[in-house]
Amino acid sequence: MLEKLIFGNLSLSSIPYDNPIIMDAGAFMALVAAIVIGSLFYFKKWTYLWKEWITSVDHKKIGIMYILLAFVMLLRGFTDAIMMRAQQAMAVGHSYGYLPPEHFNQIFTAHGVIMIFFMAMPFMFGLLNLAVPLQIGARDVAFPYLNSLSLWLTIAGAVLVNISLVVGKFAATGWLAYPPLSGLVYSPGVGVDYYIWALQISGVGSLLSGINFMVTIFKMRCPGMTLMKMPVFTWTALCAMILVALAFPILTATLGMLFLDRFFGMHFFTAGFGGNAMMYVNLIWAWGHPEVYILILPAFGIFSEVVATFCKKRLFGYTSMVWATVVITFLAFVVWLHHFFTMGAGANVNAFFGIATMIIAIPTGVKIFNWLFTMFRGKITFSVPMLWTMGFISTFAIGGMTGVLMSVPAVDFQLHNSVFLVAHFHNVIIGGVVFGYFAGLTYWFPKVFGFKLDEKYGKRAFWCWLIGFYVAFTPLYILGLKGMTRRLDHYSIASGFHPYLMVAAAGAAIIALGIAFQILQVLVSIKKRRAYRDLTGDPWGGRTLEWSISSPAPFYNFAITPEVDSIDAFWETKQRALKEGGTPKKPKYADIHMPRNTGTGFIIGIFSAAFGFAMTWHIMWLTAAGLIGVAAAIIARSFNMDTDYYVKAEEVEKIETAFANEKAQVSQPTETDDFDAGTLSEAT
Amino acid sequence: MTHTANELHDHQSHSDSIDVFGFWIYIMTDCILFATLFAAFAVLHSNTFGGPTFKELFSLPYVFAETIFLLASSFTYGMSMLALYKGKRNQVINWLAMTVLLGLAFVVMEINEFVHLYTEGHAWHSSAAMSAFYTLVGTHGLHVSIGLIWMVLTIFQLFKYKLSPVMTRRLTYLGLFWAFLDIVWIFVFTIVYLMGAV
Repeated sequence: MLEKLIFGNLSLSSIPYDNPIIMDAGAFMALVAAIVIGSLFYFKKWTYLWKEWITSVDHKKIGIMYILLAFVMLLRGFTDAIMMRAQQAMAVGHSYGYLPPEHFNQIFTAHGVIMIFFMAMPFMFGLLNLAVPLQIGARDVAFPYLNSLSLWLTIAGAVLVNISLVVGKFAATGWLAYPPLSGLVYSPGVGVDYYIWALQISGVGSLLSGINFMVTIFKMRCPGMTLMKMPVFTWTALCAMILVALAFPILTATLGMLFLDRFFGMHFFTAGFGGNAMMYVNLIWAWGHPEVYILILPAFGIFSEVVATFCKKRLFGYTSMVWATVVITFLAFVVWLHHFFTMGAGANVNAFFGIATMIIAIPTGVKIFNWLFTMFRGKITFSVPMLWTMGFISTFAIGGMTGVLMSVPAVDFQLHNSVFLVAHFHNVIIGGVVFGYFAGLTYWFPKVFGFKLDEKYGKRAFWCWLIGFYVAFTPLYILGLKGMTRRLDHYSIASGFHPYLMVAAAGAAIIALGIAFQILQVLVSIKKRRAYRDLTGDPWGGRTLEWSISSPAPFYNFAITPEVDSIDAFWETKQRALKEGGTPKKPKYADIHMPRNTGTGFIIGIFSAAFGFAMTWHIMWLTAAGLIGVAAAIIARSFNMDTDYYVKAEEVEKIETAFANEKAQVSQPTETDDFDAGTLSEAT
Repeated sequence: MTHTANELHDHQSHSDSIDVFGFWIYIMTDCILFATLFAAFAVLHSNTFGGPTFKELFSLPYVFAETIFLLASSFTYGMSMLALYKGKRNQVINWLAMTVLLGLAFVVMEINEFVHLYTEGHAWHSSAAMSAFYTLVGTHGLHVSIGLIWMVLTIFQLFKYKLSPVMTRRLTYLGLFWAFLDIVWIFVFTIVYLMGAV
């Protein structure tokens, strides 16, 4: 009785001692945590960590922390992927592989959840944080404290997922947890509860970020930057954030109803008592399909920036690019049913959603051609971001085509739940989202860290990823056509799947090599950071405002709020300076108004994680403590009236002069020398 | 939130417009949350699984009284905002206290209705229709309750901080939130109770 009161449903038997894989993974996680905490003590960095990072409201630092989280979770999600590939390569005929079905089910669920919610989403918000305020000439986001809160809520969700590995289990339902399987009757354990609370908590973080960036982009652009003069990445970010604000509340409500079903015995989605499981599938995809575009639109924006920069040309068809983005944003909400044509909604409904899906290929095609025409007769530099872009264009085109194929309902009936579908969405998510974010990270890395990433290792990583992707997923297309369903933990020899799955496993190994090269790339770059130092602030010959300031960007971003009068404003300024010559006159600095750091976001994150854990295990006192903690932190914050300060003009001047002196020491960047007037006139 | 000192003259109003715009967008997202719950209610409202229909369960006069309390609370909140513009702190506080009382009456009546239904055997787990009903109406009630806590906190802060631009902004947020809950209730009243009664 007392035990129940203190620990809820949690007991020592919840820890799977008998499973060596989980125990080893847990031991590894504990080891990494011990090393990190130990070195923090050893190097006496706790204060630094607290002051400079945990309480920071600087969007650049928040961005870095988001991306760090994304990379850690990428490693975990990828480990799951390797385990699935290994299982499917082994479990044929008399061999049942090394994973029991229950464990295998948790792994594919965790893989999907981690990769979408805790790899792709944090990566996306990380890149937005790095680039958007700089691109629009703002000093920070609209609500810096909320930004920090969003980060810590996302991390709280990720922590819950990682705890579920060792304490209890994770959902074994597939990444969207369809009921009635995810209902109490068929999933009585804590797996689905971990799933619900990890997603609810991080979902609130995403929603707040969405609002934050929407307001930032709408309200905080520098003078002269009208909507149609915004950099394309900012445009795609804006559209993605509109999607976040419109779609995430649906996720919150839907998971909320699933929770009510499981906790209070309600009947929204149960098989009996009038519940309607298909309503869950409709609702979850009403969020889920826009989610796909939330991830891919910013990637499209990154490619647009990269392609213009590395081809030394203005982006072809800026206006059509913007409108294509807007059209995709709208269409994102009218295609959700194509995820379950087989539900039996009838021919007319399926026809509507099938056609709506096909229509999305039009704006996407517009974008592909815009990128191609930008490259056409451009001066292409084959740097790492450009390689990712070119790899994307061809790979994504294939993924898009298989998508259009499946948008025909009759075809979808054949391919539904087959590995053809698995191949398709990995084709667009790896070939689109992942390649895009890697391009963006390489591109903006010097702006936040002050030095470039190593090109040689970057290229090795790129080729491993590209080749590995094709080797891993082309077999799945073929297997899908041969009738292999997804999420199989075992199959017969007679199916003939085995050779293809061996090839797919080899592909995953090649991707693993790519990830290893990426880790090496970071290490090598840190080692050679002096050689790769960017003193100009403009390492790529950039076109947008973020390149007009020093690398790394000062904490206040812009000493003087820039004014723009065209697209690619910084490029135009550079061209004008080349033409007219002369040194710019010395600017007059003023005090800068900045937000103060705050630990409130971090504290709320901790209480939220405790609340989520308590709800999972039904530990009532901890649930109450978590809720009260969150409320108390919010209320305490509302009594803090000292939330901002001024940076003195003299300090700004000192920082800016130091940058100007460094910049003057390095010779004028060679790339800008041979831009003939032709480029300029073409651009104007 | 971040500006140079030479923008200071219009700093306060400028930053306020950003903040209030952000709150509007938050309200929009909350609106979608309610829309999802309304959709679920629309799908499930007739799935009573052999239980009584809503027509047999609801007492319209009772719910009408509830509605009047909530609408009246919006009126008193409006009066408090008018007093705020005139800079009369005590009036602001008095009207806010009035709003809290009316809101509290609404919440108490709703809880009473729930208890009544539950004890008569129409629990949230008796059918999908009841689940949808309790969740939709309860989510609104939860919002109102949070609004009440917020309002009490605001009254306390008005004593502490007097009428400052910060407090004006917070009262604007709270006013938007309160009016929003009123509008949602109009839909709840119409769709759940009125349409359920016919």
